[in-house]
Amino acid sequence: MATLQTRATARLMMSPAVILLFLWMIVPLVMTLYFSFLRYNLLMPGTEEFIGFLNYQYFLTDPAFFTALGNTLMLVGGTLLITVIGGILLAIVLDQPFWGQGIVRLLVIAPFFVMPTVSALVWKNMLMHPVNGLFAWIARSFGFQPIDWFAQLPLFSIILIVAWQWLPFATLILLTALQSLDGEQIEAAEMDGAGALSRFFYLVLPHMSRAITVVILIQTIFLLSVFAEILVTTNGGPGLQTTNITYLIYAQALLQFDVGGASAGGIVAVILANIVAFFLIRLIGKNLER
Amino acid sequence: MGSITLEKVSKSFGTTAVIPEIDLEVVDGEFVVFVGPSGCGKSTLLRMIAGLEDLSGGRIVIDGKDMSSEAPAKRGLSMVFQSYALYPHMSVYGNIAFPLKMDGQDKAAIDKKVKDAANILNLTNYLDRRPGQLSGGQRQRVAIGRAIVRQPKAFLFDEPLSNLDAALRGNMRLEISDLHHQLKTTMIYVTHDQVEAMTMADKIVVLNAGRIEQVGSPLDLYRSPRNVFVAGFIGSPRMNLIEGQEAAKQNAVTLGVRPEHVRISKTEGAWKGTVGVTEHLGSDTFIHVQVDGVGKITVRTDGDFSTDFGQQVYLTPEPARLHRFDANGQAIPN
Repeated sequence: MATLQTRATARLMMSPAVILLFLWMIVPLVMTLYFSFLRYNLLMPGTEEFIGFLNYQYFLTDPAFFTALGNTLMLVGGTLLITVIGGILLAIVLDQPFWGQGIVRLLVIAPFFVMPTVSALVWKNMLMHPVNGLFAWIARSFGFQPIDWFAQLPLFSIILIVAWQWLPFATLILLTALQSLDGEQIEAAEMDGAGALSRFFYLVLPHMSRAITVVILIQTIFLLSVFAEILVTTNGGPGLQTTNITYLIYAQALLQFDVGGASAGGIVAVILANIVAFFLIRLIGKNLER
Repeated sequence: MGSITLEKVSKSFGTTAVIPEIDLEVVDGEFVVFVGPSGCGKSTLLRMIAGLEDLSGGRIVIDGKDMSSEAPAKRGLSMVFQSYALYPHMSVYGNIAFPLKMDGQDKAAIDKKVKDAANILNLTNYLDRRPGQLSGGQRQRVAIGRAIVRQPKAFLFDEPLSNLDAALRGNMRLEISDLHHQLKTTMIYVTHDQVEAMTMADKIVVLNAGRIEQVGSPLDLYRSPRNVFVAGFIGSPRMNLIEGQEAAKQNAVTLGVRPEHVRISKTEGAWKGTVGVTEHLGSDTFIHVQVDGVGKITVRTDGDFSTDFGQQVYLTPEPARLHRFDANGQAIPN
């Protein structure tokens, strides 16, 4: 009964939620935008004044910005690569009937429920620690020199931790996609003489392509803003080796107390995220049309 | 070129025997239909022949070679599935070409074979479409196309028409029969629809609870069913099965008479009864009559015969067309 009155009532009833969500989004955005045009340093209170695009100029010409941009892309790309490929393989394994399947599935999904700070600390102190870590112990028991992960391979270590957290998500989505594959199609392919590899590349992978794009989109959104893992492990170092855009903005605001410069960085990050989102949405749109 | 022999083939899931032991001979070029109620094991039997299901015992011999443990692709059979099982992300061309591509044939040969198959099946204009853009009948034809390009020793059909509407089903029945005459390849066809079995088969295999009840040509089964099950299953509308006094008069436990072999009259006859529901098909009329002391009898008569609900009528079965069955349900020869 979509009469005029019911529609009006529906709008009225929805409006509190919509208005709240809108304010939630627009107030911080406008304030950030406003701060980004001010000289606003916490160490010099009372000297705020409008300085135009100067903050942007400083942020974009800072050599740290390009390093951070590269690190961000490496972090997103590396994690996506590991989680998508690993997720596909794990999903295929978990799709096979075996004893204890329920428990194994639960265990695989478990890392997703551990909060980022905790998982980063666990990795830092229990696994990757050069003296007390499990990896170091394994290396020593084979007679190798233990790797000092955060000193020698800092960015790769971060990627590894983040990938460990997101692998369950990818596995879960890809497993459900795999389970919706029609068994008769696989049987038909078997009768058509397709071996296991051909069946994977001609049937399973195309069937999963939609789920894979969804995984890539959702993960990209979250991976662009990885922060906790960096803060509790490397603090962006050594040097700038693990500083991504998010961490750079944090450093600008809370280590250098430059609110104006950090706000400009935040706006730049928003624009970058939108550029990425634009391409991803187009990619997904193409995939969903089929 | 396409003879299939089943020797003592059996199948059990765990401790439940789905198919006890079956012996069956399919001669080259024959159109064999497995028919039976759902759950009788006919699809399982077909999947065992295809190699999609392991045998629990016995041998499957195709063209004189034991293929019991050979992979499905090596058996040289192709199958049309109930859901068609087309590859949704490939075009019609891609679907039909897939088995040839897997066989490693060169592009030109594949192209020619796909075009030929499309020609036979009237799919030439649809080669670029995806399965999702086709109607049910067209999808069915693509599935058949994918089966014929391999030039298999035999085709296996697993209830291929059950997803189509009645009109289309009639058409596809003719098309598949036509195809069989063109290709002269062995076909094994599974269905629960006895009309499909009667109209298409050279040889019908009636299955019930994993056992073969009777094997024979459609008219054999129609004229001389070996037992009550076959009698009741083959023929539409179903044969009237009469038990009790009326059967005992004929020295039988169950007496069977087909609706088309009962004469109906408004004035005189052997049995007196009351007309229930009347179904007018135009060409025929099915009249359900409640006969005193006999039970419900269905009568098939010509389309012009008209009665009213509750009217008194008289029925006379044709004595020569009566089927008599003993206590075990086996036919007693006349």
